[in-house]
Order: sequence, then C-alpha cells, then structure tokens
Amino acid sequence: MSALWVAIVAVTLASAAIKAAGPILVGGRELPPQVNAVIALLAPALLAALVVTETFGDDGHLVLDERALGVGAAAVALALRAPVLLAVALAALVTALVRLFG
Amino acid sequence: MRNEAGRGGGGYLAGVRAGLPFALAAGVVAISFGVLARSLGWGVLAPIVFSVITFSASAQFAVAAVLGAGGGVFAAIAAAVLLNARFLPMGAAVAPFLKCGPLRRALEGQAIVDASWALANRGGGRFDREFMIGATVPQFAAWIVGTVVGVLANDLVGDVERLGLDVIFPAFFLALLVVELKSGGRRAIAAAAIAAALAAALVPFAPPGVPVLAACVAALLGLRGRS
Repeated sequence: MSALWVAIVAVTLASAAIKAAGPILVGGRELPPQVNAVIALLAPALLAALVVTETFGDDGHLVLDERALGVGAAAVALALRAPVLLAVALAALVTALVRLFG
Repeated sequence: MRNEAGRGGGGYLAGVRAGLPFALAAGVVAISFGVLARSLGWGVLAPIVFSVITFSASAQFAVAAVLGAGGGVFAAIAAAVLLNARFLPMGAAVAPFLKCGPLRRALEGQAIVDASWALANRGGGRFDREFMIGATVPQFAAWIVGTVVGVLANDLVGDVERLGLDVIFPAFFLALLVVELKSGGRRAIAAAAIAAALAAALVPFAPPGVPVLAACVAALLGLRGRS
C-alpha cells in the first residue's frame, strides 16, 4: 500500500501549500483577474465531473443504475433547499431501498 | 484593515457555535469515508492519518475514487490537488484579515474549509478571522472522530454497497456543486455543464481518473471576457 501513502503525504503537503499560498503571497495584492477567474471555475468543473463519473461510471462504461436514483433524490432534496446532510442521507437511503427491492 | 478587534458579532465562540451543524455533517461524511476506505483495503491506520493530516473531504474522496477505480497515484494526487485549488482564491480573499507575519498567516490559512469560509464572509470582501477559525474547530474534531468510528465500525456497518453508502460520494459532491453554482453565476454553470459532458464522453475511452482531470479544461472558460 505504499502508493496510498505516497498519495496521502503528497496530497497533504499540496493542500497545506495551497491554503498557505493565498495568505502568504497575496497580502494586500490581488492575483491577475484572469488567473482568479480560471481558478474559481476549477471547483464547479471538477465537482460536476466527479458527480458524473461517480454516478454513471462503472468500470469504463456509462450505466444507469440505483446510484442515479439515489443521487437524483439528493438533487431534488437540494433543489427544495434541504440541508446537505439530509440530501446525502436520502441518496443513500433511496439507493439502498432500490437495491433491496429492485 | 485590522480594526476588527473591537467589532461585535464575531469571536471564536460564535464561530464554534455556527460550525456545529456542519460538524455533524462532517462527522457523518467522515464515517462513510472510514467505511469506504476500509472497503478499499486501506487498513486502519492510513485512513485515520489521512483525515488528521489532510482534513479535506473533497481531496480524500477524490483519492479514494481514483485509486478505488484502479487509477494511478499521480492521477489521484492531481485530482485532489486540482479539486483543492479552490482554496487559493479563498485564501487570497481572506488574506488581508489574518494576523500579520507569513508563518502565522500560513497557519491561519489552514483553517480555510468551505463551510467556515462561507460562514465568515461578511460581504463586500470582508472576512471575520476569529469566526472562521472558530467554525473550523468542531468540524476538524468531527472529521477525525467520524473517520475513526467509520474505520473501526467497518465490520458492523458491513457491505457499503448494500447500505447505499457508495452514493455518499457523488451526493456530497453534488451538494458542494450546488453551492458553487449558486455563488458562481452563469460561467460556473457553463463550466460545470461542459465538464460534466467531457467526463461522460471520456469514461468509455480514457483510463480511470483521466475523465475527471480532463474535465478541468472547462475552467479555461474563465479566460473569456466578462459576459
């Protein structure tokens, strides 16, 4: 499992450096607006990609299964302004129920 | 910039109180992280150490997702780093309100997590330093405790898939995405849509981990002039 430990240490150092970079480097100054604009869009882009691959991806295939129903239920809950915790719990519950009775 | 000492409504304790509901959520997510990490064969020590020293749900889930799907170490690290790149603009925004001295600022910057950063936002580019740090404390504690519980209760929780716990990954990412889209406006929505389409298109062809990485080119939309 040494690959895992490499990932753990590297991600920790990188994450700490990212969080420290703004406070150390920026001080009073601003980053160029274009750089800021690209960085600001990284989170929505990556989160959307993760939602898609984790919901529909299955060993190199796109599939529509119980996970889509669960995540769909979470989406409806979030659209109705449900708390994050409730939406996530609902996703697990719906997926588990569909697997149990489906 | 540093006249916040006498300002009312802030304070560490108020931040701690505001952070409690998010700590509960973090604890539940951490339990599922611990259970899933065990199901991936990570053992007991690695997931707990990961939570203690990294303290980042999105980065840890990204590493689990990529490695769990058979992806390589580099792809896992890159996905986590790119996912956490959002802390760069967040840190830049908070910077003027942290205590002076580079080392002190770097340390205080470690308190930046999504919920605390949002809670400490006072509008007009102002941030409440004490409130942010206070809000992070219970979330950090819950993150560690939750991971330990998840790792140790793995046998009790049993089959992650049967309980639907595997969809906690995408559901949690979806919740974070909704927050991003609400605050990011049209360009964030466009970037998310392009990224989702790219990732879906690449899943059948690219190696594990690559679809998520490649989708980040959608962020280059930020180079276009303001619409």
